[in-house]
Amino acid sequence: MKTSIAIPKKPRRLLAGKETTYLAVMVIAFVILLLVPQMTSGYLLTLLTEILRYIILAVAWVMFSGPTGYMSLATAAFYGIGIYVAAVFSGSVSFPMLIILAGFVGFVIALGVGALTLRLRGVYFAIFTFGLVLLVQSVIQEVERLVTHTRGRFVVTESTLTGYYAMFGVAALTLVVAILIRRSRYGLALQSIGEYEEAAAHSGINVVWTKVLIFALSAVFMAMAGAIIATRRTYIDPGIAFDLNQSFLPVVMAMFGGMGSLLGPVIGAGLFTEIQEQLQTRFSNYFLLIIGLVLILAILFMPNGIVGLVQKAWRKIRGGRRAPA
Amino acid sequence: MDAFRDIVITGLLLGGIYALVSVGLSLQYGVARVLNVAHGEFIMVGAMLTWWLFVNVSLNPLLSLAITGPAIFVVGFLLHGSLYRGLMRTSGGSVALFEGKSMLASFGLLYVVQNVARIVWGSSVQSYQFLERTVTAAQIPVNRLVALAFVLVLAAAFYVFLSRTRLGKAIRASAQDPTTAGMMGVNIHRVLAICFGLGLGLAAIAGSLLSMLYPSTTSMGLGYTVIAMIVVVLGGLGSITGSLIGGIMLGFVAQIVTYFQPSMTVIAYYVIFIALLLARPKGIMGK
Repeated sequence: MKTSIAIPKKPRRLLAGKETTYLAVMVIAFVILLLVPQMTSGYLLTLLTEILRYIILAVAWVMFSGPTGYMSLATAAFYGIGIYVAAVFSGSVSFPMLIILAGFVGFVIALGVGALTLRLRGVYFAIFTFGLVLLVQSVIQEVERLVTHTRGRFVVTESTLTGYYAMFGVAALTLVVAILIRRSRYGLALQSIGEYEEAAAHSGINVVWTKVLIFALSAVFMAMAGAIIATRRTYIDPGIAFDLNQSFLPVVMAMFGGMGSLLGPVIGAGLFTEIQEQLQTRFSNYFLLIIGLVLILAILFMPNGIVGLVQKAWRKIRGGRRAPA
Repeated sequence: MDAFRDIVITGLLLGGIYALVSVGLSLQYGVARVLNVAHGEFIMVGAMLTWWLFVNVSLNPLLSLAITGPAIFVVGFLLHGSLYRGLMRTSGGSVALFEGKSMLASFGLLYVVQNVARIVWGSSVQSYQFLERTVTAAQIPVNRLVALAFVLVLAAAFYVFLSRTRLGKAIRASAQDPTTAGMMGVNIHRVLAICFGLGLGLAAIAGSLLSMLYPSTTSMGLGYTVIAMIVVVLGGLGSITGSLIGGIMLGFVAQIVTYFQPSMTVIAYYVIFIALLLARPKGIMGK
């Protein structure tokens, strides 16, 4: 049986106007970032690496927590696992292998954590991931103490340029995967879980596995970012690798930028990293205090982040000329 | 035998303090629906304030309890009335949305409280001597016994307050069903703010007691937040009695593990947590 419904055809273009600009901006940004090392070196490159790192963490976080609404605070754990994998295998495998290996280990561990906690209500998950960083940290500390009798490890370093290109590659990969997921059936399934989990289950979505898989996938990118950062340091120990701020900051950045689109976390990460650099050099004592205040004010007064704010202002400026879509 | 006695007394004491902290968190989440990740920071404020008062105006730590507790209660009451009530307004009645937003706001609070404390008090480890001498027969420091007595009295008093007084009844009613409680004449916004304030007040009191026993620093809060969260899940989300039992259980576990291998305590907490999630995710007293 086949029924066809006549859909009134719109005049078709290759891409809608909004999407063309979006794509153009991305391509331009891509090319500029690719060429930056030709023009500059030193501080700017390090700053850009840092921005790309936070873009990876924030976008990976939004990948899971954005559509599903489950608050994950495990970013620092997977990021730290990436750092540690790089420290353990540093020197014995090549740099690209190191990154892939870190991503794989992050995936497997996230699969376990997700399978354990994502069957339960969201708040259990938030609580479990909240302390996960401390757990992984003390497990590694114990293993190192009992098995290898060391407190930390030395890492074979890579050059600033290699680090930059690696971070750039992973950031591009993260964004592409995030965009593809958003547009796929899988992305719709995630969205529907966030809207109404029972209804999603009734319409045939394997709710638990959908959640677990995306959680594990997001951990891959976090761990990869960690592995790259590890090669920029010379010495790693569990205290350095597992820093709770790395869980909180991506959340703050995503909130600050706006979680409605993927552009939000990117803008948030870029702006926030720059602000962070400025604050840290000028008033290092007040840096985290200011971040806290910004977070509270952002949640209270701009629930849709900077992107939401701009959209609202834009609609006001253009108001009346065109009816809302 | 001595080791056994030490474990029992310290375990009971630590458990009692964990219970106070967790009952506070349970009030905040179970009634006011705020998963307050800044909870431990107010333990730190209680501890640092008590240390500061002891060193600068040589105030007896047991008297500081009567200052830190109420002062932090007022802070919590005002905080709920302004920040969290504002979030309730923008969430438009959706509990899930409010829970997410209030948790993020608590992050902001965590950064603010911790860093203001660091700017005021610095980041070095502080301790003071109070009732350090031991009871001759048992070799146990007096401060532990005094703190234990305080914890037990406070826990009992709080239990009576919740089960016997009008306000306690209003709190329990709001925990079960805020809308209906509101229709029965409970001033729901006031009760929620009181619950949030009480939660922070209990945390501050626990902090004051902790400062008598262990050194304090401005970064001590987070560890206690993790413990309190595990206890709250252990006892059953939102159950006050569950938090009391869970707190004492975890205190004993912590003490036993610390006796054999101090660096394994966090791992032990999580082993219990994972076992619980697999076997009985509702918690001990959960419905």
